[in-house]
This record gives sequence, C-alpha cells and structure tokens, in this order.
Amino acid sequence: MLRILRKLAEDRAALLGLLLIVALVIAAILAPLLSTHPADVAEFHTARRLTGPNPENWLGTDRMGSDIYSRLLFGARITITIAVTAITVAVIIGVPIGLVAGYYEGLGSDLLMRLSDIFLAVPQIVLAIAIAQTLGPSIENVILALSATYWPFWARLVFAETRSMKNEPFVEAAIALGCSPWRVMVLHILPSISSSIIVRTTIGMGGTILTAATLGFLGLGPPPPTPEWGRTIAESREFLPMAWWYAAFPGLAIFLVVMGFNLLGDGLRDVLDPRLRRAARHDK
Amino acid sequence: MTSELIAVRGLRISFASDAGIARVLDGVDLTINRGEIMGLIGESGCGKTTLARAILGILPRNASRIDGGDIRFEGRALLDLDEATLAAEIRGRRIAYIPQDPFTAFNPVFTIGTQIADLMRFKSPLLREGGLSARERRRADHARVIDLLRQVQLPDPEGVLRKYPHEVSGGQRQRLMIAMALLPEPRLVIADEPTTALDVTVQAQILKLLKTLARDRGVAVLFTTHDLGTAYEICDRITVMYAGQEAEEAPVASFFDRPSHPYTRKLLDSLPSSENGIRGIPGEIPRLVDPPPGCRFHPRCDRASEVCRSSRPPSTPVAEAHTVRCHHPLGDVT
Amino acid sequence: MKTLVLMLNRLVWFAPTLLGLLAIVFFISHVIPADPAAFVAGENATPETIAAIRARLGLDQPLHVQFWRYLESIVQGEMGRSIYTGRPVAEDLMSRLPATLELTLVTVVFATLLGVPLGVVAALRRNSWLDHALRVITIAGLAIASFWFAILLQLTFSMRLGITPLHGRIEGWGPEQITGFYIVDALILQDMEILLDALRHLILPVITLAVPATATIVRFTRAGVLNALQSNYVLYETAMGYPRRLVIWKYVLRNALIGTVTQIGLIFGILLAGAVVVEAVFDWPGLGTFAVNSILSSDYNAVMGFTVIVGAMFIVVNLVVDILHGMIDPRETR
Repeated sequence: MLRILRKLAEDRAALLGLLLIVALVIAAILAPLLSTHPADVAEFHTARRLTGPNPENWLGTDRMGSDIYSRLLFGARITITIAVTAITVAVIIGVPIGLVAGYYEGLGSDLLMRLSDIFLAVPQIVLAIAIAQTLGPSIENVILALSATYWPFWARLVFAETRSMKNEPFVEAAIALGCSPWRVMVLHILPSISSSIIVRTTIGMGGTILTAATLGFLGLGPPPPTPEWGRTIAESREFLPMAWWYAAFPGLAIFLVVMGFNLLGDGLRDVLDPRLRRAARHDK
Repeated sequence: MTSELIAVRGLRISFASDAGIARVLDGVDLTINRGEIMGLIGESGCGKTTLARAILGILPRNASRIDGGDIRFEGRALLDLDEATLAAEIRGRRIAYIPQDPFTAFNPVFTIGTQIADLMRFKSPLLREGGLSARERRRADHARVIDLLRQVQLPDPEGVLRKYPHEVSGGQRQRLMIAMALLPEPRLVIADEPTTALDVTVQAQILKLLKTLARDRGVAVLFTTHDLGTAYEICDRITVMYAGQEAEEAPVASFFDRPSHPYTRKLLDSLPSSENGIRGIPGEIPRLVDPPPGCRFHPRCDRASEVCRSSRPPSTPVAEAHTVRCHHPLGDVT
Repeated sequence: MKTLVLMLNRLVWFAPTLLGLLAIVFFISHVIPADPAAFVAGENATPETIAAIRARLGLDQPLHVQFWRYLESIVQGEMGRSIYTGRPVAEDLMSRLPATLELTLVTVVFATLLGVPLGVVAALRRNSWLDHALRVITIAGLAIASFWFAILLQLTFSMRLGITPLHGRIEGWGPEQITGFYIVDALILQDMEILLDALRHLILPVITLAVPATATIVRFTRAGVLNALQSNYVLYETAMGYPRRLVIWKYVLRNALIGTVTQIGLIFGILLAGAVVVEAVFDWPGLGTFAVNSILSSDYNAVMGFTVIVGAMFIVVNLVVDILHGMIDPRETR
C-alpha cells in the first residue's frame, strides 16, 4: 500500500488528479461554508440577474440572479451523490456476476456474459436516456439509469480476470486443498484482481459523471431548482453570447472533476497493472 | 592469429533495474575463430544472452549501458560503429541471428515469403556483386531461397512462403530461421538457445542441421545453451560463463577431459548419471546488483581462499588453447 | 472461404444480440412504467384516450404476448407515431439517418487521419515532452463534456468571431436529395458552392465530436505500437538488420493498426452517443436532434425508436468491424 502511494506520488499527473478529486469532495462537504450565497440554491434576486463575474458574485449570476459560484459548490454534492451511488451499485451488481460467471463454466455463465455483451452493444448514454426518460427526471432515476447501464463493464472485466486467475497455481492449489468455491472466489481470486477493479472504477467515475451531466443537459436529470451542472449549461444557452460565464464555469467544473478521475485512473493503471509495469521499467 | 573472426575483450555492461544497477557483464573475454562453432555455456541469468545481443548491438538503449571493453569483428570495432552502419553493414550481412523462440520471432501478420523477401531486398549477397538488374536479382534470390529451404529439409518450399507463421510448426519455423540466418552468407551466426523452445525430439535434428550447414559454408557459430550435452555434440570449443564473467575456455575434448575451473567441474557433476543420480550446486547464483568481489564464484567454491575474495583471477593457460580464470584450478596442487 | 465461414460465424451472434437489445428496450418501455399507455398517449391525454390506447396496444395481454407483438411490429418497421412530428417514427428516423451518418463518418475519417500518426509518434518518442503533452491532451479530450465544448466553440467562432455558421447543415434548402449525404450530393451535382457550404457547416460539429474520438485513437495506436516495439519479432528484425524505417512503418504499424481497427467500433459508439448532444447544440438535423426534441416533448415512441435504431446501428458496425478484423488479421481463424 505504501509502495503504491509512493509510486503514485512520483507521477505528477496522477497527483494532480488526486488533488482535483479531493477538491471536489471538500467543495461538496463544505459547500455551506465555502459558498458566498448559500441560500441561492433556491432563492433568486431578479435585480442582479445575468451579471458577470464581480467581487460580490465571483463567477457571475444566472438568469434568476443566483450566485453561480455558490450553486456550483452545491452542484458538487449532486455530482458526488450520483457518481458514487451509481458506481457502487454497478460494482455490486457487476463484480459478483463476473466472479461467478468466470469461476463456473457452463450455460449459465455464457448467458450472463451474453447479457452483459448486449448491454455493452449499445452506447451507455443511449440506454441511459431511454431509462431516464421512462422513469422521469429525478436524482434517483439518474442513478438507476446509470447503474443499469454501467454494471456490464465490471462484469466483463472481472469475468476475464477470474477466468485467467483460475489457471494460476495458487488458485488451483486452493481448489485442490478443498476450499469451498465461495472461499476461493472471495479470499483468493478477488484480492488478486482488486487492482484492476480499482483502476476500472476510477476511470468509470469520470465516465459516469460525464454521462450524468449529459442527462442533466438533456433535461433528464434532477429537476430545477437543483443546481445540477449539466442542466445549468443547458439553461445558459439562451443567454449566449452575452452571459459567457453562465456556460463556461459549470462546464469547467465538470471538466476538472472528470479530468481528476481520468488522471488518477491513468496513474493507478501504470502503478497497479503488472503487465504495464514491466514495460514501464525500461524508461528509467 | 589470422583465423580470429571476433574478439570480445573486457566487455562490461550494466542494466538499470528496480533494485539498482546490475553489472550483467563484468570484464568478459571471448574469441571465436573463423568457421568454428563456439558454445557459450551458463545458467540462466549468467549473461550469455546479453553478450550475444551486445555483439549484435541490440541491447535496449535506455535500460542498458556499456561501461567498457571492446568488440573487434573482422578488424572493425563494433562498439564504435553507429546504429545505421551496424544495421546496414553488420547485422544480417556479416553477423546473422537465430532467436531463442521461433514462435514469436516471426511477425504474425505477414507471410513468411514477405518476411524473407524483405530480408533479401536488403541483405542478399548478390547486392554486393552488382551487375544485375533488380529483376534479375530478385529472380536469382528467389531461386537461392528455394534452394536453401530445401537444404533445411522443408517440404514444399514454395508453399511455405505463402503461409503465415502460425500455420507452420515450431520445428519448421526454426528451420526457416536457420535458412534466413544463412541466406545473406554471413561470417558469424549467433544462435541464442535456438532449440530450448522446441520438443526434445525436434531439437537433435535442428542442431545437426545447423552444424552441417555451418560447416559446409565455413560459417562460425556462437551457440548459447545451458545444456552441456548439446554443447558436446555440436561445438568445437566451449566457453563457460558464471555470473557475468567467463570462467573457462577450452576445445571441446579438453573441456570434458580435464575441466579446470571448480564451477565447470560442478557443472559436469550436476549432469544426472547412474552412479550419482542428480546433484545440484550448493549455494545461490549471486545478485548482480551487489556481486561478490574478486572471483564471483568464491562464495560457492570449496577451494576458495583469501585471494579469491579480493581479486579476479587472470586468464591462465592449462593446456593447448585451454585457459581458465581460477586462482586454484583443479589438477593444480597449490 | 475462410472469410465466408468467419462471416457466418459472426452473423450467428448478430440475431441474438439484436433480440437482446429489443428485449431490453421492451423491458424499459413496457415493464418499467406503471402505465405505459399514459406514456404513449402523452401528458395531456384524457382517461378515455388512455383506455383506448391500452386496448389497441394490447397492454391487457400477458407480457410474452406483448413482447411477441412488439417484435412483429419492429420487424415490419412499425415504431408508432411521433407526437412531435405527427409522422411514423420509423419514417422520421430514416429521413434523419444520412445527416448523422455524414457527420459521424467525416469525423471518423478526420479522427483517424489525425490520431494514428500522433499515436505512432507518441510511441516512437516515448517519454519525450511530446509524448507527455499528448498524454495530458488525450486525457483532457476524454474528460471534456462535448455539449459544453460545442457551446464554447459556437460562442467563440460563430458568435464572437463570426467565421463559422452557428448551426444547421447548410444555408437554405440544400442540394437535391440523391444520397442524402450533402458532400456526396454536391459532388454528384458538381456544385462547388453547396460543397463548400456543407463543409463549412461541418467544421465545428466535426471538431467537437473528433476530440474524444481522436484521443481514443491516439491512445490505442500508441499502446499498439509500443506493444509491437517490445515484441520478439521487432527484436529479431532489428537483429537481422532490417532497416528501421521498414520495421516501423511496415511491420510494426500493420500489427498496431489491426488493434486500432477493432477500436473503430468503440469509437463509432462514442460518436453516436456524442452526436445526440452535439447535434442538439448545432441544430444538426440528424438522429440526435430528433432524440433530444423527442425527450423535451416527452415523445415516448420516438425515444424508444431512436434507442432501437442507434443500438442496431452499433451492433451492425461492431459486426462489420469484427468481420473486417478477421479479414486483415491472418491469425483470426475462428
């Protein structure tokens, strides 16, 4: 663990990613303290509508005169809630399916993998749109739509890794020693493939946040006055090119957060993936 | 000696690794005469592949460093030549290569014919002669290719050329590799454990083939192996390496009759026999990041003395063309 | 013959995958909603209308009967009527397909022409400043929300600088419909003015879509080239003195590109998904804009029809890529 952290610290890009994620978490937790107009999530001040960045409203105001900076901070809460919950659900569904399908060979495993292939055969955003549209715009439904479309990524990954792990001597030995399948899967296979799952999950967070923002932009996210970032950008469109800050800052927030997860995921992969580590050594 | 083809002197090479700088070759000497088959013997990790690749100049540039020494081939200092000259004039022309693993050495997405044709485009001996039009040369080269494929006993040479590498067997692929090594009519062939990846039954045939073809053409061969039996069968002379240094160099008969280095002795003793069963060599191969000083074998040697711990033994003749690097060689009373 | 077997093999999987897609869409549209009839009828429908629709759609029937009917109607190209346009959904989708295909195909070509050379250069200059810069740029390219980037481009180049059209596919009515692809139609009609106008309208949407696509291609090409560079066959080719240019631009590139080709399916998916919002921002009269308008007006049939069409297209593209891959990769024999 320490070794991994030290290696990660050497990778400036990954460190930057970690920093961005920490910033997001702090922004979300301390939103009421950090924001200059905490009440502006719901309140509006028509007199100040669409003013550019100024000492009072650091990032300007929106069509309701609400402070964009404060709304962005509260929007971080929504982003984290959606991404973390959706990914957790996707991992909870995907990992056991991949593990079981990878461990047992037979018709059931084939069917499970076929099912996940079908989900993967359609772009995630398209399925998510269909589901979110059916269920109606709300934060829970966005989470549901995302977890329903993203679980196959973990199922596929864990399936492939489990299949190759089954031939590893230590797993064969555990099976030969009479360990129960459950024990082999959870205590022997799962720990060995956890680094791949961590990498996939980190990168998956970025993708999920982007998809969630897209749903918000399309009006399928949580309804107003929720300060969801994607929806804010959609609202801003009718006030362009005048109110550039209205569109620019929420998009920048999305970009920085997704960038954070992607950078960290990329760095983690270099550190954790043994196949790549071997290749990376030649660089020094 | 005028018959000297290649002389490696005091070659020192180190690799960067996670654990630190590994001195993989530390002052290695090696001489190969024209037309002679030299066996380079040692355990895995002793540096024989590194030596083979150093001669070809194909060590990974960013991970390895040449710290000193000299490689003289046909009077040219190979280490002083630049990459372009090496690629154009030495590799594949004067020095050819037979890889360890014929399964992965072929490019999987081109036919064997394409890969041989590309070799001939740049390495055909006919290029040296001149006077032929490109078309005449291609036709002549094709005939030579087919002829050599017959000599390495490949059935249906024309058909093989149209196949992809995965469509032919491992033994056939290694026959192709031998043919490709000989096509440019080089003076030296470096065969890096050419048969370890093959079935035992195929190994003997391939080795015999390599030996015959090299003899017929007067081509010298540097043959690395960890298998003493194989070396005995095909080599004229043998050099033993231990932990990045050469330990003993001798004609094959003298080598097996009177091994002089304690390591060589133990190596020969470790061959399974009906009297002794299987015997290993006690101790471990030293870590090259932090090698023992003096003679690198001393921690495992029962004849070691104080001098062995402090200085590397010089190369000492013990018989005709037989030298050993040991302070207390076997058969020596002191 | 080999190709034919391969195609049949892949086609066998095509039907179940498509069936699975329809099952998922059926589940979403018929099982999840509490009252699908209310959805189909729209927001302002009276209870009588809803009851009539329920009977007409057979929603009182058991689920498997409903699914069978749903399959029958899809096979007949029947996807219901759009309440937004008032026309059959299938017809609407078909009339908008060429616009989306033109946009995505131009993007694929653009992204490939840009991404492959950049990926090769990044791999060859591994760990140079260029490689590091490309790493950060490609990660950023995959982190940018395309609807936001589209708006920024619009804001800068159309609204502020006024050098590109704000939205749409063409000024006025566009060329006479022959293929529905404006570039192709303009070329057939030999109308330079329309061609240039169509190209001008393509610039911003193509750039927006190309950002994640190019980033993906660069990363895959880089990884593929690096993988090939570290392979045994490159070591062998180098050892045999094949010229560096030949090794990289022929032997390495072919291997790396086989991997990249398989990624085109994935990239096409990114593009189709990206097209939904990018089209909406640029008011591009394709499937994406149609889908977004349908979402905004709660046009249920239209959204489901869009899902089926895009899903089916994606499956077809993957099928084609799979077959293509089997044809260019000689190892593929399944």
